[in-house]
Amino acid sequence: MNALTLKKGSSKKSAYNLKNTSSDILETHTLAVLVDNEAGVLARVIGLFSGRGYNIESLTVAETNHIDNLSRITIVTTGTPSVIIQIKAQLARMVAVHDVHDLTVEGPSVERELAMVKVVSSGESRVEALRTSEIFRASVVDTTLESFVFELTGTPEKIDAFVELMTPLGLVDVARTGVAAISRGL
Amino acid sequence: MSKTMTGAQMVIQALKDQGVDTIFGYPGGAVLPIYDEIFQQSDIKHILVRHEQGATHAAEGYARSTGKPGVVLVTSGPGATNAVTGMTDALMDSIPMVVLTGQVPTFMIGSDAFQEADTVGITRPCTKHNWLVKETDKLSETIHQAFHIATSGRPGPVLIDIPKDVQFATGTYTEKSKSKIDHYNPQRRGDLDAITELVELIEKAERPVLYTGGGVINSGNQASQLLRELVQETNFPITSTLMGLGSYPASGKNWLGMLGMHGTYEANLSMHGCDLLINIGARFDDRITGVLDKFSPHSKKAHIDIDASSINKVISVDIPILGDVACVLEDLLKIWKSRGNKTNSAKILDWWSQINKWRERKCLSYKNSDTIIKPQYALERLEFLTKDHPNRFITTEVGQHQMWAAQYLGFEDPHRWMTSGGLGTMGYGVPASVGVQVAHNDGLVINIAGEASWLMNMQEMGTCTQYNLPAKQFILNNERLGMVRQWQELLHGERYSNSWSESLPDFVKLAEAFGAKGIQCSDPKKLDDAIIEMLDYDGPVIFDCLVEKHENCFPMIPSGKAHNEMLMGDDKTENAIGSSGAVMV
Repeated sequence: MNALTLKKGSSKKSAYNLKNTSSDILETHTLAVLVDNEAGVLARVIGLFSGRGYNIESLTVAETNHIDNLSRITIVTTGTPSVIIQIKAQLARMVAVHDVHDLTVEGPSVERELAMVKVVSSGESRVEALRTSEIFRASVVDTTLESFVFELTGTPEKIDAFVELMTPLGLVDVARTGVAAISRGL
Repeated sequence: MSKTMTGAQMVIQALKDQGVDTIFGYPGGAVLPIYDEIFQQSDIKHILVRHEQGATHAAEGYARSTGKPGVVLVTSGPGATNAVTGMTDALMDSIPMVVLTGQVPTFMIGSDAFQEADTVGITRPCTKHNWLVKETDKLSETIHQAFHIATSGRPGPVLIDIPKDVQFATGTYTEKSKSKIDHYNPQRRGDLDAITELVELIEKAERPVLYTGGGVINSGNQASQLLRELVQETNFPITSTLMGLGSYPASGKNWLGMLGMHGTYEANLSMHGCDLLINIGARFDDRITGVLDKFSPHSKKAHIDIDASSINKVISVDIPILGDVACVLEDLLKIWKSRGNKTNSAKILDWWSQINKWRERKCLSYKNSDTIIKPQYALERLEFLTKDHPNRFITTEVGQHQMWAAQYLGFEDPHRWMTSGGLGTMGYGVPASVGVQVAHNDGLVINIAGEASWLMNMQEMGTCTQYNLPAKQFILNNERLGMVRQWQELLHGERYSNSWSESLPDFVKLAEAFGAKGIQCSDPKKLDDAIIEMLDYDGPVIFDCLVEKHENCFPMIPSGKAHNEMLMGDDKTENAIGSSGAVMV
């Protein structure tokens, strides 16, 4: 299946999503989880989500504090309010987890994602792709006579919009990093 | 001064520093260096089990009956995978346990070496935390951290995977006091505002009930003392989950008996009718709540738990209190007393007269027989003949016999009742009785079993005879998988698919084959003498108690029903469970 044809939020189709969510409204939350950068820590976090049937919309991880050997995992997840609370409690009680922040509720935050989008086309479509990329302030990081690779940074919604516009213009491949997020202000 | 030693020596040194006196284990290629060190010392006793699952349940029995962590040592690959059930059991029931596994040498990891398994990968979801130690220098600190994590906060099993070359190599030993454990430090004191809010409800409550669980026992003996004080001072009725039996004495006047699926009529109706429900160290398990949307519909609910993820998980509560049971009860009593020990005593007396009417229903009565031993009768007699023993410990397997044991036996103190609650592990009882007897030399240890569960880990009888452990195996033999059969009767039109025990061994001969004593009894008139014979025998006994084959365990809240929709022993049971209940476990 072409991953591009999936609509955002389609992880409801996850085999692990067995909850009856009709009774409650689904919310999307971005969690920043500070963990020990040790072997298997990502597997612990992912195992928690799969084992208890929670959704992962996006997940990014990298070491962010070399001195204390800490990594930051940014998880975008969907669930009813009670499920979101349960996810945070389950994460917080893991031994390898130092801190859990719900950026969605703890004041304003900034979310960014980077995408690389490959478009293969010629003629008017090729010109249109380039013109659209300028509107989105994407930069061309690779080009041949028949193709472009655009680099685009922004919110997931902006990248979704760009991908949607590029689809009829010859889009063949998308690589996305997943969301990195941080709280605003001090 | 830093000490240099091999990894294997470190393991023994760290265990000694942690005050470990007993380990349950089974040797194999990947743990030979550690076994060599065990051979050369005498401070730590090693109990050789017959199967690694037995080692884990024995360690659970040891832990539950002493309050100290149980320690397991097994080899790589199958040694580790066989220990998975026991670790999962300990995780579900919050039992502190430290499991040490051997692993193939670091340079062979990932090569599909002989007896290699991804032990930390396999056990990640069934431990509280686990480690693969790749450097000898880190081994001792990891072991100290492991004990800290297993025993603090909500207790649970931890695992340390130690490659064989790490056991051979030399490194620097880190003292217990110098090991870094600060990062994991769960909050013990409850929020005083929330506790005060609960005190206000306690002062006003007209129909209160205390619903206690295994958290009271895990919190330590002080928690049980404080709980008893709270009950005595407030005159509140108290019930408990399967895991919490013994934290309040069964002989206490406020005791309602166990609650839940096979709980008493008075306990369940009190839960349904109360206006203040105080959950102390329990977790609103599905065996307790029945159908959720009809659970205790008229009550304000408070929940004291050390694990934040337990609070509001299935039942949302009005007053969540995150903290250790003993700490919270201490503060709660202090605040309540400082405000003048007030309760709504007149209304509470009305509540008691209502509860006493429910008690008159005598929900545990059953139709006895002159010719066939009823399982309930067998347990009543066992209770009568052993309850005055100063050091009685009961373990069980899983099924009907387990529920009957919880109903018909009384527990006066914590740490006297060892059973597999959350996971419901058949085969738990025999090895658990081994672990309890090892920890309590003079104790009277009785494993109440069904014949089917008992067979699952019967190899541990060998451990019993090897170490001369006089644990008694009291088997209620109905030649059926009784609880499965009961559900098939209620749910599947009495089509008893694969729920009978065919080709059972002769348990008396089996006992003799293991070097134990065998007793069989099928006559209710001879039962007392046979039980006394079992109790008087100085050594392990297998007691084959042939009981009524199709007895059902009541009362019962059928799945999908509420606390006030219990089935009693004299009720009709046809179509008791609806189609929505049938899909539940």
